[in-house]
Amino acid sequence: MFAIVIEQVLNGLLVGSYYIVLSLGLSLIFSLGGVVNLAHGAFYALGAYLAYEVERRLGFAGAIVLSPIGVALVGVLIERWFLRRLYHEDPMLSLLFTFGLAMTAEQSLRLIWGTTGLPFAIPAALKGQLLLGDFIYSYYRLTVLAVTAATIFGCWLLLHRTAFGMIVRAGTRDPEMVRAMGISLRPALSAVFALGVALAGLAGVMSAPLAGIQPAMGTEILTAAFVVVVIGGLGSFWGVVYAGLLVGVVRGITVVFYPPAAEASMYILMALILLLRPRGLMGEKFEKFE
Amino acid sequence: MDDHSRNQLKNRPARPARRDAMKKGAALAGAAAAAQFGFPALVRAQADTLKVAHLTPRTGFLGQLGDYGFRAASLAVDEVNAAGGLLGRKVELIAEDSVNPQTAVTKAQKLIERDKVIAIVGEINSASALAIGEQVARYKTTPFFNTGANSDALRGKNCNRLMFHIEGGNTMYTKTIGTWQKAENKIKGARWYMLTADYAFGHDLFRVSSKFLKENGGDLLNNDMVPTNTQDYSAYILKIRQAKPDLVYINLAGVDQTTFLKQYKEYNLPYPLAGGVMDTIPFWGAGIDSISGHWQSLWYHGLDVPAARAFAKRFRDKSGFPPDNQAWGDYVGVMIMAQSIAETKTTDAAKIVEYLEQGASFDILKARRGSFRAWDHSLLQEMYVVRVKDKARMEDKWDIFDLVRPVPGANESLELIQPTREENACTMA
Repeated sequence: MFAIVIEQVLNGLLVGSYYIVLSLGLSLIFSLGGVVNLAHGAFYALGAYLAYEVERRLGFAGAIVLSPIGVALVGVLIERWFLRRLYHEDPMLSLLFTFGLAMTAEQSLRLIWGTTGLPFAIPAALKGQLLLGDFIYSYYRLTVLAVTAATIFGCWLLLHRTAFGMIVRAGTRDPEMVRAMGISLRPALSAVFALGVALAGLAGVMSAPLAGIQPAMGTEILTAAFVVVVIGGLGSFWGVVYAGLLVGVVRGITVVFYPPAAEASMYILMALILLLRPRGLMGEKFEKFE
Repeated sequence: MDDHSRNQLKNRPARPARRDAMKKGAALAGAAAAAQFGFPALVRAQADTLKVAHLTPRTGFLGQLGDYGFRAASLAVDEVNAAGGLLGRKVELIAEDSVNPQTAVTKAQKLIERDKVIAIVGEINSASALAIGEQVARYKTTPFFNTGANSDALRGKNCNRLMFHIEGGNTMYTKTIGTWQKAENKIKGARWYMLTADYAFGHDLFRVSSKFLKENGGDLLNNDMVPTNTQDYSAYILKIRQAKPDLVYINLAGVDQTTFLKQYKEYNLPYPLAGGVMDTIPFWGAGIDSISGHWQSLWYHGLDVPAARAFAKRFRDKSGFPPDNQAWGDYVGVMIMAQSIAETKTTDAAKIVEYLEQGASFDILKARRGSFRAWDHSLLQEMYVVRVKDKARMEDKWDIFDLVRPVPGANESLELIQPTREENACTMA
C-alpha cells in the first residue's frame, strides 16, 4: 500500500506539471491586465489543433515550438483589436468578451477541423517506459515534466531578471505608481497576453498525445486551471506552481483511496485552503485586487 | 509620496473589485462547461408537411455523436421525400439540441404541443431519453424512437408503450462481447479489473457486466468509479499495474473511453482490454495507434451487406466521411418511422404502436431483418464482435476493424443477447 501511495505522489507531480503551464498563463494575464480570460481554454485547444497541423509536416519538435508561437500571434491580434479597449472598463466587460470568445472559438474549431476528435500519437522517439525498480514512468510524461520545468524557469527569469519583468511585477502590484513614474503598461500588457496564451497553447500541445484533440477540450480543462490559480493565490508566481503540484498529488492519492472523489478532490482542496488562507496559498494583499 | 497625494490617487472612480470578477469568472467557466446553449434549426420549413423531430445532444461531450446522427436523419428524410414523402405529404425535419435532461423535457413538450411532430427520433444521453420517454407517455400522441441511449432501465422499469429502442441496451452490448469471450474460454476463472464511468450509464453497464462475469465463473478484482471528463488516467493505470488482472474491462464511453485507451497504450501494460460498450467515433478519434483489443459493435460501415454498403456510400458521398453506428441508428430510426406510417396509412400514435408491437419487420441494413420485441420494445437484431485491424491493412483512416462474427450467429435466436424478463422486467401501462 505504501509503495502505491509513493508511486501516486510521484505521478501526481507529473500530472500537476501540466496544470501549471496552463495556469501560469491565466494567472499572468489576470495579474497584470485584470482580465479574467475565460477563453484561456480555447487557446489551449487551438494550441493542440495547430500542433496537429504542424506535426504532420515538421514533426512533434516543430509543433512544440511553432504551435505556441502561432497561438501567441492569434492572441496578439485579439488583444490589439478587442481586449485593449476593455482594460479600463468594468472587468465584467472583458469577462463577457472572453466568455463569448471561448464559445465562438470552440464552434470555429468544429467548423474547421470537424466535430470528431483528431488522432495524435505519442511521438515515436518518446514512446516506451522507464522502469525504476517497481516504479514506471512513460518517457513522454518525463519529457512533459522537463519542458514544464524549463518553462517555469524561463518565466521566472523573464519576470525576475529582466527590465520587462520588473515592469510586469510592478504593474501587478501598483499600476498607478508605474504610470506615475512615466512608464506605459500598454506594451507590457500586450506582451503578457501573448505570453499567457502561448503558455496555454504549449499546454495544449503537450496534452494532445495524452488525451487526444477534440473541440470541447478547452472548456473541460478551464475550470481546473481557475482552481489552480485560486488555490495558488492571485498574482503569485510560485503559488501557481505549488498549487498545480498539490492538485496533482491530492488527485492521485484520492484515486487510490476513493476514486469517485478524484475530480472533486481539487474543489475540496480549494475550499479548505480558502478557509485557512482567503487569498490562496501565496496570495499577497495587493490593493488593486481587494 | 505623501499621504495627501496617495489619497488623491485613491480617489479615482471606484472600480468593481477584481477578486470578485475572478469568482464570477470561475462560476461562468463552470456554467459553460456544464451547459452549452443550443439553438433550434428548422431544416426545411414548408406548409402542410409532416413534421418529424430529431432531438439529440449536438453540443457537449455527446455532441460528436449527435452530429453524425443529425446528418443521417437528414439523409433519411431527404430519401423519404425523394420517394414521394409520406401520405402524399412532404416530411420536414425539425432538429433540436437536447443539451441535458431539463432542456430535453422542455424541447420535447414544445415539439409535441406546438410543432405537432408525428414522431421524435434521437437522443444519446440515457437521462434525457428517460425525460423524453416520460413526456411521450404523458401526451400519448407521439412515438419516440430512441436511437442512442443504452440504459437498460429505459427498456425495463422505465419502459413505456410510446418508446421504441433502436439502440442496443447495455445488456445487449455486454452479452455480445461476453458470448464471444465465453466461446473463446476467456471468462471462467479469469480475474478482471473494471473501470466504470461514475454516472447512471456507467453504473448500469457495471451492473450487467459484473453480473455476466460472475455468472460465468470469473472474478472481479476491483472496480474504480471514474468521474466523467477525467483528463488523466495514469493514477488508475498504476493501480491496474499493481493488481495484475487477466483482463481490463472498461465501462466508459465517449471521450473518457478514448482518453483511457490512449493512455493505456502509453503504459504498454500486458493485460488485454475489452469494454462494455463501443462507439466507432471515439475509436476513430483515438486513431489506430491508440486502440487495441476485441470490441462489440452495433453496426459498422465495413459490414458485408449490400444495403449497409449502399447506405455507407450515400452517406459518404454527402458528408465526405463514412457513417458510424450512431448515424446508422438515426437513419434506421427515421426509416422505421416512415415505413410504419406508410404501412398503417396514419400518423395516429396508437395505430403505429400496435403495428410495431405486432412484429412488423424492417430492413435495418444488417444481414438479418429487425423487429421490435412486443413486451419491452427492444429491437431484435444482430450485433457484431470486431477486432482492431492491423495498421498495414487499413484502406483509409476509418477502416479500423475486422469483423470477427455476428452475435447471435446466423442460426441462433436473436433473443440470445437480449435481457430476459427476469433480468429486465418491463410492465407497460
